[in-house]
Amino acid sequence: MTHRNHDPINETLAMSELDKQLLNEFQRDFPLTSTPYADIAARIGVTEQEVIARLRQLRAAGVVGRVGAVIRPHSIGTSVLAAMAVPAARLEQVAALVNGYPEVNHNYEREHRYNLWFVVTAADQDDIDAVLNDIQRRTGIRVLALPMLESYHIDVGFKLHWEPDDRDIGEINANHQ
Amino acid sequence: MQALPKIINDIFPSPPIDETDRRLIAATQSGLPLTPRPYHTVAEQLGLKAEEVMARMQRLLAVGVIRRIGVVPNHYALGYRANGMSVWNVPDDKVVEYGQKIGALDFVSHCYQRPRHLPDWPYNLFAMVHGRTRDEVEEKVSRIARLLGRHSRGHAVLYSTRILKKTGLRLSKNS
Repeated sequence: MTHRNHDPINETLAMSELDKQLLNEFQRDFPLTSTPYADIAARIGVTEQEVIARLRQLRAAGVVGRVGAVIRPHSIGTSVLAAMAVPAARLEQVAALVNGYPEVNHNYEREHRYNLWFVVTAADQDDIDAVLNDIQRRTGIRVLALPMLESYHIDVGFKLHWEPDDRDIGEINANHQ
Repeated sequence: MQALPKIINDIFPSPPIDETDRRLIAATQSGLPLTPRPYHTVAEQLGLKAEEVMARMQRLLAVGVIRRIGVVPNHYALGYRANGMSVWNVPDDKVVEYGQKIGALDFVSHCYQRPRHLPDWPYNLFAMVHGRTRDEVEEKVSRIARLLGRHSRGHAVLYSTRILKKTGLRLSKNS
């Protein structure tokens, strides 16, 4: 069983060893130095120009979202996950209404009775409550507020697997984290 | 709507960040420039010295406001198209122990405890599982189920079928 043939990335963008190294080994510990790309290049034995050019290509292809800081939730402002069980016939209308709030920065349709899942981010809890109450009032549909009570994940980045069948490597990584 | 429980402030006290830190985060949240001296470029935009930009980012890392600095891959573009939000009903006295075990699995990208809303919503532990296919996600979810054993009193997997909106973090209504 090989998923490789269906892998859109392998179809549209050949992933070189350099790409894989950039994607997997530099999700954290990006150098806080004057010339970070040159420092990365020196570590993996290529030129600064190659590192910058490749990151630009990966970003243009959408494979890299950005090179930058990942901010801890609630460090600046606060946010809450919310869910609604929207009748199928009203989903488009309610989704558009929810998307209309600038405080809503993620909104996903999911397969479940609770089919609309969105994140509201604002300066403080009062602003969040106002948005959730407003959505509930305008739609007449109950909004479940599901704030994070505790996080159990230590964010060290996400291990990308290049072979779909390398689950053994996944287990080894799980033991080391 | 319920207020955010006080427990959050006890567990995650906000480290002090000043106005310059906020400007720095706002200026870099969409990414560092892909130019030879990115911190110098950011420093120029903010009217700071590059040394101060780097020192402030180092401090924000040390206090945990910045979790990490690095390449942020787009899982979806890399072929991880199946995104299953697994939700679990775990006894309250077991949720810390099993939350930590599940959060340590390398295929779990987020693991959070959230409130139940009985009787409609009995699930208190959320673990986001990514895979290339639903079969791959199901196999990973079954590993979580085995890990929980009799402490799972029910679970569901909610697959995302559409991204309806996705924008960057907004710092204020005016940003």
